[in-house]
Amino acid sequence: MKKLSFNVNGIRRNTLTKDNELLLDLLRERLGVKSVKAACWRGECGLCTVLFDGKPVKSCLVLAVEAEGREITTAEGLAEGERLSDIQDAFVKYGASQCGFCTPAFVLTCHYIIESGKAKTEKEALELLNGLICRCGTYNQIREALASLLSGK
Amino acid sequence: MPLSEGTVGKPIPPQDMPLKVTGTATYAYDVEIPGMLYAKLVTSTVPHAKLKKVDTKRAERVEGVLFVFTGNEMPYRVGMYAGDRDLLAKDKVRWVGHPVAVVVAESLEAAEKAAEMVDVEYETLQPVFDPLEALKEGAPLLHESMHEYRHAPAFNPVPGTNIANKFTLVHGDVEEGFKQSDVIIEDEFRISHVSHAYMETQNVLAHYMRDGTLEIWTSCQSPFIVRQIVSESLGIPYSKVVVKTPFVGGGFGGKAGLGWEALVAMTSKLAGFRPVKLVLSRKENFASSASREAVIAKVKAGFTKEGKCVAYKVTFILDAGAYADYTVNVSRAMGYSAEGVYEIPNVYCESIAVYTNKIPTTAMRGFGYPESNWVLEQVFERAAAKLGIDSVRIRRINLLRPGESHTATGERLREDVGDPRKVLQSLLQQIGWGEKPQPPSKPWRIRSKGFALCVKGPSQPPNAAASAIVKFNEDATVDVVVGTGNFGQGTATSLSQLVADQFGLPVERVRVDLVRDTSKSAYTWQTVGSRGLFTDGVAVLRACEDAKKQIKGIASQVFRVNEEDIEIIDGMVRVRGRPWISIPLKDLVFGYVYPNGNTVGGPVIGRGYFASTLNTYLDPQTGQGIPTIFHTFGGTGVEIELDPLTGEIEVIKAVQVFDVGKAINPLLLKMQLDGGFIMGMSIALFEKIKFDEQGNILNPNFTGYYIARSKDIPESFSCSLVETPQFDGPMGARGIGELSMISVASAISNAIFLSTGIKLNNLPMNPEEVWRQIMNQRPELVEQALENMLKLTQEAKVQ
Repeated sequence: MKKLSFNVNGIRRNTLTKDNELLLDLLRERLGVKSVKAACWRGECGLCTVLFDGKPVKSCLVLAVEAEGREITTAEGLAEGERLSDIQDAFVKYGASQCGFCTPAFVLTCHYIIESGKAKTEKEALELLNGLICRCGTYNQIREALASLLSGK
Repeated sequence: MPLSEGTVGKPIPPQDMPLKVTGTATYAYDVEIPGMLYAKLVTSTVPHAKLKKVDTKRAERVEGVLFVFTGNEMPYRVGMYAGDRDLLAKDKVRWVGHPVAVVVAESLEAAEKAAEMVDVEYETLQPVFDPLEALKEGAPLLHESMHEYRHAPAFNPVPGTNIANKFTLVHGDVEEGFKQSDVIIEDEFRISHVSHAYMETQNVLAHYMRDGTLEIWTSCQSPFIVRQIVSESLGIPYSKVVVKTPFVGGGFGGKAGLGWEALVAMTSKLAGFRPVKLVLSRKENFASSASREAVIAKVKAGFTKEGKCVAYKVTFILDAGAYADYTVNVSRAMGYSAEGVYEIPNVYCESIAVYTNKIPTTAMRGFGYPESNWVLEQVFERAAAKLGIDSVRIRRINLLRPGESHTATGERLREDVGDPRKVLQSLLQQIGWGEKPQPPSKPWRIRSKGFALCVKGPSQPPNAAASAIVKFNEDATVDVVVGTGNFGQGTATSLSQLVADQFGLPVERVRVDLVRDTSKSAYTWQTVGSRGLFTDGVAVLRACEDAKKQIKGIASQVFRVNEEDIEIIDGMVRVRGRPWISIPLKDLVFGYVYPNGNTVGGPVIGRGYFASTLNTYLDPQTGQGIPTIFHTFGGTGVEIELDPLTGEIEVIKAVQVFDVGKAINPLLLKMQLDGGFIMGMSIALFEKIKFDEQGNILNPNFTGYYIARSKDIPESFSCSLVETPQFDGPMGARGIGELSMISVASAISNAIFLSTGIKLNNLPMNPEEVWRQIMNQRPELVEQALENMLKLTQEAKVQ
């Protein structure tokens, strides 16, 4: 067991971890961060995405020990109290979620796309989302939500 | 905006969205109970064998393991329609992935480790994988004791064979019809196994308590059916089984019938009444849970030279896999939907669900209709081409006529069923039928348009009911209790709009409870078949009527007028014609208190129910009767590009048109139409569960089993609504959820056929299949494409 200290949504978390523990399991099973979902456990669906020092990573492909000293952001951490972030607001307005199981991962990745300025167009934004799966097929609504922020609507 | 304008018809975002976008919506997957143990399945590695011995000794010695249970400890048979399943394999295993034991441990890690150490001894039997082989005399038999199964009365299994259900539909004289035909179309179609691939894998947390109460948290579509299955199969009174379902991470039919609840419940009991949780991995979900069946369809259709379809003969053979609990009903629905939106005088259809040594199968969005549509809509397109008449005319000639035509099951269509003609007209307008498509994005590609029509209603037993309770709170906010599930449809929001308008309240003042609990929620049979808004909507509106009657009863005493003279508008109760005589709802809904303390009335609680009218079982010989509570008509149009060099198909434009009766919430409707299109497109172009010769799944993951992603979606989506109200629907509405994907594959293949003449009979239309068909049917297209490509390269060089 190793000592591990890192931030989750701005709050310091001190814990012990085994060398082979996944960041996904640490967050979900031991720290109770239930917004982090899993649907394939092997890096294919992207539902366990978290922001790792601001960048999206699939937490089923990251060892917990790698989080030492880092800042992890999950969907719970984007809103301030009851005030939703811009991308969360846009998701609500455009109906960009159905069953909602993949929504935290899409919200985080879209947040990154907007904040980083990596995408100038809807098309580029959709390419950056290609690592995630939404089985309900909300991609068109997600595109609309993204477009509203890209164009500053 | 005055409240009396109402909220129905307004695009209100789903009320649960703030929970979803912040990741704080709770799914069964997230639920934990103190003292909870972890279960892990041990599954068969062979497709068909006698179980000689399940040795659990090595597994039991693993640190952290408490128990390992086998089929001998759980002698229960479970099921909803076919009743064909053992909780755990007992005497034999029937497919690779068949659970033979369950390990219970303090941690998932220990359970997983021990599951590898259960030693199973098999005496292998001859497996059968091809449903056509399984139908032959002398084929290996999967279910020797089929005669003992407790199947629902609507089905017709044939003990001593591998036939789980045989459905026959007959009307007119099909052979006579062929004699009248000028043109005959004959062909064979194949459809692959499809995974629902709901993102939340199947999971159950069960706690069998010492007072005999069984508490179950489960990711399911239909908690009341789970209760029924668990109660009936384990012999526990219904009231002792409490099934709780919070948000559900997708279902699409795959979480509608038999799940893992009874198994985990018995595991909890045997594990000393400790709570036990089972979460399937994605691989287990592919290999051990049920998927959509594969189909082989043989069709022969006869048309007159004017384009009238006068004879239609079709056989559907469903590869139902090892267990067919829900697929028996899929075979029935596939059979009675054979004629789609057309009126055909002479029909003979057989639809046979066949057991094979493959994964079990179950319901999936569309429930047999996408499969029958894939055959029918292509047959019509090909008949039109052969007859030299256009795609629209052949459909107009044969289209069902409201109030006059009889459907495949002999049901005379009601007058307010919807308007298929208007749907077709609107669809053609939306895709610009008759106008040339845009030039292709690359000169060697072929760009074209196509469309297909569809119709569907919920495939439910005649007595499948729904109910609702509308409770007023002290401040005149409203709690609505229903049973319909929440897995993305947004029905709760639509229902709250219905209630808000009945009392002239802002929609935020109406709350529809989101967690289903069979001990507290109002009963609804299931959330399947596009029925939720229709059935639960009717129940909710009736509950509102009941509540209004109570409110008017109190008000008539207070105002000293007749109840008929009272109206409820904008949250006020007032005297008709004298609106200045009024009281706010909040002063009446808990009884009216006079200044001296005298009180009349009490808390207002309305109740209502839905029950079908005039529905019947279908005649076992002819399939005639009235099986559904409504029919929604619609269609899909596409503009696509085919790349003959790779066999790839790209959908550029998607068009959806449906007669929804009334759009209660156009935003939610659009979400269903776009989402259903994407799922339909994904199944049409990409999805296929592949098996090797031993029945192992080759692609139980999202690399091998590809699902449409953000890059794959069309550039544009458009939808158009026809609103022909159905008088007994909630505000005239009909269901839509499944409809949105039924005709997508057919529209795409029709677009290919119309531009190239290539017949695509097999799903999915993946590049491999499409390229093979191009090479078989029109190899010169590849040559032409190559030439175009070379020309382009040479032009580029010159420049």
